[in-house]
Amino acid sequence: MAAAESYPDELRYHEEHDWARVDGDEAVLGITWFAADALGELVHFEAPEVGSAVTKDQSYGEVESVKAVSDVIAPLSGEVLEVNGQVVDAPETVNEDPYGAGWLLRIRVADSAEVDVLLDAGAYRQLLADQ
Amino acid sequence: MVPFAGWEMPVQYEGVIPEHRAVRTDAGVFDVSHMGELEVEGPRARDLVQSALSNDLDKLEPGQAQYTLLTNDEGGIIDDLIAYRTGEHSYLLVVNASNRANAYAWLKEREIAGSDVRDVSDDCALLAVQGPHAIERLGLSPAPPFTFAEAFLDGVEVMVNRTGYTGEDGCELLCMTEDAVRLWDAVLERGVVPCGLGARDTLRLEVCYPLHGNDIGPDTDAISAGLGWACSLEKEFAGVDVLRRIKAEGPTRRLIAFVMEEKAIPRQGMPIEGGGEVTSGSHSPMLEIGIGMGYVPVAQAKAETELTIDVRGRPRGARVVKKPIYKREG
Repeated sequence: MAAAESYPDELRYHEEHDWARVDGDEAVLGITWFAADALGELVHFEAPEVGSAVTKDQSYGEVESVKAVSDVIAPLSGEVLEVNGQVVDAPETVNEDPYGAGWLLRIRVADSAEVDVLLDAGAYRQLLADQ
Repeated sequence: MVPFAGWEMPVQYEGVIPEHRAVRTDAGVFDVSHMGELEVEGPRARDLVQSALSNDLDKLEPGQAQYTLLTNDEGGIIDDLIAYRTGEHSYLLVVNASNRANAYAWLKEREIAGSDVRDVSDDCALLAVQGPHAIERLGLSPAPPFTFAEAFLDGVEVMVNRTGYTGEDGCELLCMTEDAVRLWDAVLERGVVPCGLGARDTLRLEVCYPLHGNDIGPDTDAISAGLGWACSLEKEFAGVDVLRRIKAEGPTRRLIAFVMEEKAIPRQGMPIEGGGEVTSGSHSPMLEIGIGMGYVPVAQAKAETELTIDVRGRPRGARVVKKPIYKREG
């Protein structure tokens, strides 16, 4: 079952419909409910390698539904510490729980200053409302 | 909704995957009113269609239908269609929406005295009701595939065609345009799940029905596409000499079906190592892997041959399989 629309207050957001949950010098990344809903049920997550670098505003992987492929944009730069294997095996987890079990990557944040320029939940909701 | 051949078409209602599974396990309905309908009538209607279409029309009695190809002089495929013999001297051709104008023009140019070709697409709506419980849900009696009959369904006059594009049991209901909404509502009332273009594509791909514009077209021939069974090479029709020669010499490439051996979803246009190309690709909701069809050189066309597909720069393993890719167990 797809989740209901939500944008949790404790997350930071990127304009390309990605979220980050920052905890010290680590962050967990994923795609927002809006992105998952627009794609439809996900059937593939093309993930980066653990140990590789991701760069803010650049693609680090792809998510695919039956009909569409989309790049996943990194909201922050850093080193990949972990890929969510549950999403690799069962990509629909992202539709079911985009901010919980459907996270995509855990990274070590390279530059904490990048966090400050991300949107808060209110600004991201406004961005969606303006589209 | 997406624009398609001048129509606004729903890609999905609830979701491609649940709709796909509904058709495989129960019953789904597709509004395929965008398909074109051409009528050919007259004492020499048979001569016109027999010379234009690849399959042997003389095998049909009134009330029977067949899959056939409209070919060009080079043996290419202008369209693939179903021909229904509606009477002693009348035929109905159900053609692809995007080829409706081409197919009509091609036949009209070749019209002979005693044959009349008419495009009646705007007068007709078509609903495909497909799935193992489709016939039962509609309250119809079983009938052999590729037959048709007139009937009333919940008060709507329909032509019930035992045809489809999903590999499942079911029918296609042809009605007058003004009755279409009433028929659609009646079918949904019977518990049939509404399905969009997305599921239609994954369903046909699992059973390896070619899609004109992807897998076949004016530059591909029926023999290489594996559609020789729909071509009567003993009779005369446009491009038959070319097809006879390809058959005699053997095609240089073939349209094969494949499944991914690694996690990846093949898409139309991706190169296959060795000179081939993916013509249709998607995710199989039943097998839960990437599947597709594509042309490969004959040396790579045998079942079990390992293929490498270029997935946006990443080489991914696949394996040639016998058609269809998906077959119901038992």
